[in-house]
Amino acid sequence: MTTIAANPSDLHEHDADHKPAFFARWFMSTNHKDIGTLYLIFAIFAGIIGGLISGMMRVELAEPGVQYLGEWASWLSGTEASWNEALHMWNVLITAHGLIMVFFMVMPAIIGGFGNWFVPLMIGAPDMAFPRMNNVSYWLTVVAFIMLLGSTFVPGGTGLGAGTGWTVYAPLSTSGSVGPAVDMAIFSLHLAGAASILGAVNFITTIFNMRAPGMTLHKMPLFVWSVLVTAFLLLLALPVLAAAITMLLTDRNFGTGFFDAAQGGDPVLYQHLFWFFGHPEVYIMILPGFGIVSQIVSTFSRKPVFGYLGMAYAMVAIGVVGFVVWAHHMFTTGMTANVKIYFTAATMVIAVPTGIKIFSWIATMWGGSISFKTPMLWAIGFIFMFTVGGVTGVVLANGGLDDAYHDTYYVVAHFHYVLSLGAVFSLFAGFYYWFGKMSGRMINEFMGQLHFWIFFIGVNVLFFPMHFLGNNGMPRRIPDYNSAYAYWNEIASLGYAIMAVGVVIFFINVFYSLLFGPKAEGNYWGEGATTLEWTLSSPPPFHQFETLPQVK
Amino acid sequence: MSTTLSPNLGANQQKNNLKTGLMAGGLAIAMVGLGFAAVPLYQIFCQVTGFGGTTQRVDAATASSVQTSAAFMNVRFDANHSRALPWEFRPERSVERVAVGARDMSVYIAKNLSDKDVTGTATFNVTPVQAGKYFNKIQCFCFTEQVLKAGQQVRMPVLYYVDPAILTDPDTKDIEEITLSYTFFPVDPEEKES
Repeated sequence: MTTIAANPSDLHEHDADHKPAFFARWFMSTNHKDIGTLYLIFAIFAGIIGGLISGMMRVELAEPGVQYLGEWASWLSGTEASWNEALHMWNVLITAHGLIMVFFMVMPAIIGGFGNWFVPLMIGAPDMAFPRMNNVSYWLTVVAFIMLLGSTFVPGGTGLGAGTGWTVYAPLSTSGSVGPAVDMAIFSLHLAGAASILGAVNFITTIFNMRAPGMTLHKMPLFVWSVLVTAFLLLLALPVLAAAITMLLTDRNFGTGFFDAAQGGDPVLYQHLFWFFGHPEVYIMILPGFGIVSQIVSTFSRKPVFGYLGMAYAMVAIGVVGFVVWAHHMFTTGMTANVKIYFTAATMVIAVPTGIKIFSWIATMWGGSISFKTPMLWAIGFIFMFTVGGVTGVVLANGGLDDAYHDTYYVVAHFHYVLSLGAVFSLFAGFYYWFGKMSGRMINEFMGQLHFWIFFIGVNVLFFPMHFLGNNGMPRRIPDYNSAYAYWNEIASLGYAIMAVGVVIFFINVFYSLLFGPKAEGNYWGEGATTLEWTLSSPPPFHQFETLPQVK
Repeated sequence: MSTTLSPNLGANQQKNNLKTGLMAGGLAIAMVGLGFAAVPLYQIFCQVTGFGGTTQRVDAATASSVQTSAAFMNVRFDANHSRALPWEFRPERSVERVAVGARDMSVYIAKNLSDKDVTGTATFNVTPVQAGKYFNKIQCFCFTEQVLKAGQQVRMPVLYYVDPAILTDPDTKDIEEITLSYTFFPVDPEEKES
């Protein structure tokens, strides 16, 4: 680094838009905007892989029977796959899809991508508090992803790859999966978790210490609030996952018996630890989406967001209550009525702050001068779809009902409505909202709206029938099913194809707009866009806020 | 650009950031500790509350002060063993009808079918799980490891009583039968996997 320090270009350090050379800029980046861009590119790449895997699953599920798993397993291993290896292939697919979408698509995009890009801009900070650590976070995530993909090619028990499900439950993940694949998947989670914890430390420090003069906590944009709450959730939840999966590793490799009944351990303890992390994790994925949607609804209604403090503290409340409801994922592990009553009631309490948010978004739009630009369509789509997912969530919160619904497609429908149609819609909303700000070029409005409508129809055709399948008792995580379920499965697979067309339009739009899009102004959304990033050029200078903005 | 912290940050700002960052990092490390602490805490929690059907352990003095009630209850005995353990393991009687509060002794029979000495240890619980905190064991073969010599057969007693409080707890007053279940595992971890 000393040679670079001696570089004459340092003489221009007061030039706010001076950028380092390609390798130094992108591989040793300490600039929050560049790291945000890297995160977004990474998340899109991981999303393509995770999305293709779900396509493989929908192809297999399009009709009853097992059609393709054997071929895929044979292709993967290079030898003729046995029946069990074919079924193991299914487990590998669901595991990979879940882990990739959670840890390598949604989290890097919404926290690493948009969080890095816009938290410093929105609070008027020149960069993140620890830029070098920010870079470490990013590259740890990349290594973790490579590690996870690599696990697919090594033995994982019955066949190649880790087939434990994203929950990595013991004893399947301990004595049930011999071979390095599960070790690699666990290590991948360690790295991704460490990256997220470092990122959380960075965000908390940045938001607490580096706000521009006058930017009090109660003046921060809601997106910043959402990232702050998310960072605390990460900080409190991920270390528990790290502890739990470390115990899995020692159980697997060093003869400990944390989750082994034979040695006095208890596999249910793993489930408690996992879901103590796992439930806050779902809020980690959705809270920044809440923040993005708040900014967008306010911008395109040309009104400040309704009930700002209520919105901010609703997120705090969701975060706090989110830590005491975890066992609603475990209603069928054998609980007394009182425990079920508690976890049912506590879970339902979360609907209250969530309702505050939904109604405040609607109240923000109420009487506003609304323009239905692409980001607004995605934001409204988010509110609509997330509410549907929230309602099925209240259904599933009932310990009694969950005895019937547990591990059925109803659960799959529920969490895809809040994540695949909730978190992903907020991601697209944010992407269309900030694309001009990030790239300096306007994204094509027509293709954006086309993408929205096709994607909206596609995902609903894909996921809504899963409610019916679940009501009829179709179990999840199984590649084959009774022919009674064939009809809605075929429709769901058709929905996947429609959604895929929407995604193709998205990529065409991105490449077209990057190359041919008109130059973006500093504030291309006009008077409704009031946060600090709109006071800068598009894209913002490499080093922004050389003199800190004064917030009144 | 090569400095670790952003060049526009003053020394004071850097110091503050480091402080906040270390506090946040400390919180994360504390949570890792809490994750591991969950292992003993969970065990204590189960023992104290009878969670998951964990039975209670009492001494003879406490047991003798318990009043026998007029109500009766079936206690069923269930025996399982790991495939890695070359034993035969069964209850002498599969069900007994006992007065609630009265001490009763039940006997399990274990036989080592192999030609080697084998050490085993048993996990245990009761169903319905709500009954765990009312099922008191005074003496049990499951409190210690059991060594069976090659071909040896032993009779192993369980001395227990059902706390009469079970009759007044709204969660458990309808229970008419409790199943006590044991699963024997080999102690030597090398024999665990096969």
